[in-house]
Amino acid sequence: MMDVKKIREDFPIFNVKPHGKRLVYLDNAATTQKPESVIKAMEEYYEKLNANVYRSPHYLSVLSTEAYEKARDKVKKFVNAKSEESIIFTRNTTESINFIAYTWGMKHIKEGDEIVLTIAEHHSNILPWQMVAEAKGAKLKYVYLDENFRLSMKDFEEKMSDRVKLVAVQHMSNVLGIINPVEEITQIAHKYGAKVLVDGAQSVPHMKVDLKKINCDFFAFSGHKMLGPMGIGVLYIKEDLLDEVPPFLRGGEMIDEVYEEYSTFAPPPLKFEAGTPNVEGAYVLISAIDYLERIGLENIYEHEAKLLEYGLEKINTLEYVKTYGPMDSKDRGGIISFNVEGVHPHDVATILDEEGIAVRSGHHCCQPLMRYLGVPATVRASFYLYNDFDDIDALVEALKKVRKWFK
Amino acid sequence: MSDLNQLYSEIIMEHYENSPHRRELKEATLKERGHNPLCGDDITIYLKINGDVIEDASFTGHGCAISQASTSMMIDLIKGKDKKEALRLVQKFIDMIHKKDVDLEELGDAQVLQGVSDFPARVKCALLAWKTLQDTLK
Repeated sequence: MMDVKKIREDFPIFNVKPHGKRLVYLDNAATTQKPESVIKAMEEYYEKLNANVYRSPHYLSVLSTEAYEKARDKVKKFVNAKSEESIIFTRNTTESINFIAYTWGMKHIKEGDEIVLTIAEHHSNILPWQMVAEAKGAKLKYVYLDENFRLSMKDFEEKMSDRVKLVAVQHMSNVLGIINPVEEITQIAHKYGAKVLVDGAQSVPHMKVDLKKINCDFFAFSGHKMLGPMGIGVLYIKEDLLDEVPPFLRGGEMIDEVYEEYSTFAPPPLKFEAGTPNVEGAYVLISAIDYLERIGLENIYEHEAKLLEYGLEKINTLEYVKTYGPMDSKDRGGIISFNVEGVHPHDVATILDEEGIAVRSGHHCCQPLMRYLGVPATVRASFYLYNDFDDIDALVEALKKVRKWFK
Repeated sequence: MSDLNQLYSEIIMEHYENSPHRRELKEATLKERGHNPLCGDDITIYLKINGDVIEDASFTGHGCAISQASTSMMIDLIKGKDKKEALRLVQKFIDMIHKKDVDLEELGDAQVLQGVSDFPARVKCALLAWKTLQDTLK
């Protein structure tokens, strides 16, 4: 059992009283708050080890280079990747996915090829593939949901063929919370010779992710959604593809030898990290992972499952609220999207905000999914390790007030 | 609570729920869509312009109470006005939302939206229709 009260004490942000109210932070799918140890680590980096990495032979540069490499090793173990060469630091999930679209995608996807996506993808896992498809004359194919709001594996199998070169799929939906069977998806895709990219932005912060088990070819996630800082993200490229993927950006740090007319590149992962990287972000990410590991990802997942169950039960007692997503909490993360009858999500969010409750309203960067669900927008409450039943009770009470404003 | 009272006043709710201007205008001479891509408010404004005069106007669409009420109030205000006068009033409304000192009386019902200027996250909702009209008439 997690001691949420104690965990909350580690997060200084809870001293903020929005509109004089207790902060009920339910916007964790957008970004998470940071524990004191993470905030301290930012300061520590600039107070004790700041220097550019890989270049200079001086004391501080050795320290910062070691810290940067330690972060890579930490991430590698955290997601159980096989080798450090596979872990590339980026800005965020969006950059990681664009990275693969611009490099591997533009090189290997050809006219007539197909890219399979799901209808629930975040725009960041749609737009890069639209770009590749348009440039190369390839075709996008979408997999839709079944009647229980889960990815239809039947539809997926029907969309697969030898023409499919890539399957780009989210691990967990940022709207419905569904966790897709990415291991099974990868197995099926590989049978057809297709590569698999998994968007792990919503899964990595909330559950144990094992890349050896999933066996996908590319995997992307962001630091700021897992207690870490903004501006540091991760791209995983499977070992056997490291040579096949060309560099994304070119310049400093990523070279072997440079001549007037041509250059050779450093071995991976440096080949993929041109320019001065976000060393501070990587260093602070170590602290975020430390914190998550101290609490335990299994415990966090279990805790959020309880919150989800409790939240669904409570919210569904309000007959004027409609929730979207599977009715059960199996293979589902702590995300509840809903609408209040007759009230636009923005108005709901503004009224909740007056009560100190932070939620997101809108299309959640998932316009195709919104269209598929037949709604212009939803309100979304998303949980994390510092949320408890009181937060959900506060949400439910506030929703009753929303109703009063719009009778 | 007083802040929310201002934001969701009776008159705003009335425009939101029962706007007389929410309809398609078959004889429209100008039709312009406006939307806030980040939040999904989406309106279409219909204008029937004769010479310089906006003889009739209406709107359709969906969005939050603020965006829809604001659109309805704007139509109220500009109907029957000539284009130049309509543009002047639009600018006045935009100034009000940006907390500039303006004579509110001229804005009719729309002056009650002044409270939105205290909700920075909602300013875009209030301005959507007015900016759309500005783009159309300019």
